[in-house]
Amino acid sequence: MVVQVYGKPQAVCPQRVMHCLVELGLPFELVHVDIDAMEHKLPEFLEKQPFGQVPYITDGDFELFAGDQWIDPPHRSARVYCRLHAESRAIVRYLAGKYGGRGGGAPELLGRTVEERAKVEQWMDVEAINYNPWAFPVVFNLLVLPLRGAPGDREAAAAAVEEMKRVLEVYEKQLSKSKYLAGDEFTLADLTHIPATRYVVEFCGAARIFEGKERVKAWWEDITGRPAWKKVISFVESGKSSYSP
Amino acid sequence: MGGIKIYGMPTSTNTIRALAALNEKGLDYELVIVDLRTGAHKHPNFLALNPFGQIPVLEDGDVVLFESRAINRYIATKYAEAGPDLLLSGGTPAERAAVEIWLEVESQQFGPPIASLVFEALIKPMLVKATADEAIVEAQAAKLEKVLDVYEARLAQNKYLAGEHFTLVDLNHIPYTNYLLKTSKAALVTSRPHLLAWWKDVSARPAWVKTAAGIPF
Repeated sequence: MVVQVYGKPQAVCPQRVMHCLVELGLPFELVHVDIDAMEHKLPEFLEKQPFGQVPYITDGDFELFAGDQWIDPPHRSARVYCRLHAESRAIVRYLAGKYGGRGGGAPELLGRTVEERAKVEQWMDVEAINYNPWAFPVVFNLLVLPLRGAPGDREAAAAAVEEMKRVLEVYEKQLSKSKYLAGDEFTLADLTHIPATRYVVEFCGAARIFEGKERVKAWWEDITGRPAWKKVISFVESGKSSYSP
Repeated sequence: MGGIKIYGMPTSTNTIRALAALNEKGLDYELVIVDLRTGAHKHPNFLALNPFGQIPVLEDGDVVLFESRAINRYIATKYAEAGPDLLLSGGTPAERAAVEIWLEVESQQFGPPIASLVFEALIKPMLVKATADEAIVEAQAAKLEKVLDVYEARLAQNKYLAGEHFTLVDLNHIPYTNYLLKTSKAALVTSRPHLLAWWKDVSARPAWVKTAAGIPF
């Protein structure tokens, strides 16, 4: 039975989930949920995802929800309420735990020992708590709001870029000790950074967050050069609903 | 070698989160004071442990970890055999996935508003002697209300947040909830019967009673 991912393929959280599925060599179906049409506010959807956010996945009879930015439609007042949700990290932990370690070239995305796993968890928390809160306002103000015809707060975005530069100084030090954030292998700790950072550097003109950080740059080239990530981007750009490895 | 060390301070909610997990597991540890008021967290010796300059940090033999939630996962995994099965290692994939979801919900939905509210309403006045900004308290309380409505519905169907068993999910919520109940916004919990019943249950656990005894507030 094929995993179903409910969400919008351009959004960060579904991309994390899709990337993990592709890394694990798993097929999936993408069921579009249109944030703009506020489809996810329908009562049936709310029953499944009580916080009213998209997307969720079904894996056989089992459902997990992941979050996405949800944003009041632009016809409301200028104060836009938005929240970033990150249960995509719960989904990728579930997928990596259930389907990882089967050999056949699929990576060990959660580390191999208790100690390695702890480092993966630590850097996943760093992404969620120290990194993403700054990546989000950059993307939200410079990309998402303008796409919806609303003015973004350019000062907030600029301030957030400065914070990203500051946080990445810590990453630069860490990456002088290990090839990837949690050790010498690519793990979920690296994966969860990719979708939002891609928007920051490629769509928001903020590639300067990498300036002077040779190891972060090398790490970024490496993780975005992974075949699985390239397949996710091709899939998103194709507009297809079904992915097979 | 030596035993487990936690670097932090006894009033810090995130430090308390890690101590609560150690106490549930019945583990001995040493609390090494890193007092934020003295700037100890910016000292190079401490930055060598956590380059983000935040408490707590755990040292367990050669393992050095920061981020209290990652620390708690490590404690729950490494010492799975001691005390309660906090990550349901003996459970089904569905049960473990419920733990994963609600661990994230604590981190991403519950955590941010309650941390801001508690800081403004309790920590700032007590430790920094500044007056609480009521506008911030009200705004964060409004966000937290929506989240706690979901929790109330969840706890009407489940004894604990991840299901039928006490897990790391419940534990991770305890320190901030404890502080919330000391603020003017305690009614956020006390007005919700299932949430209140859950609180009474989890806060009566001997390990939490022991942890709470160490909090100077």
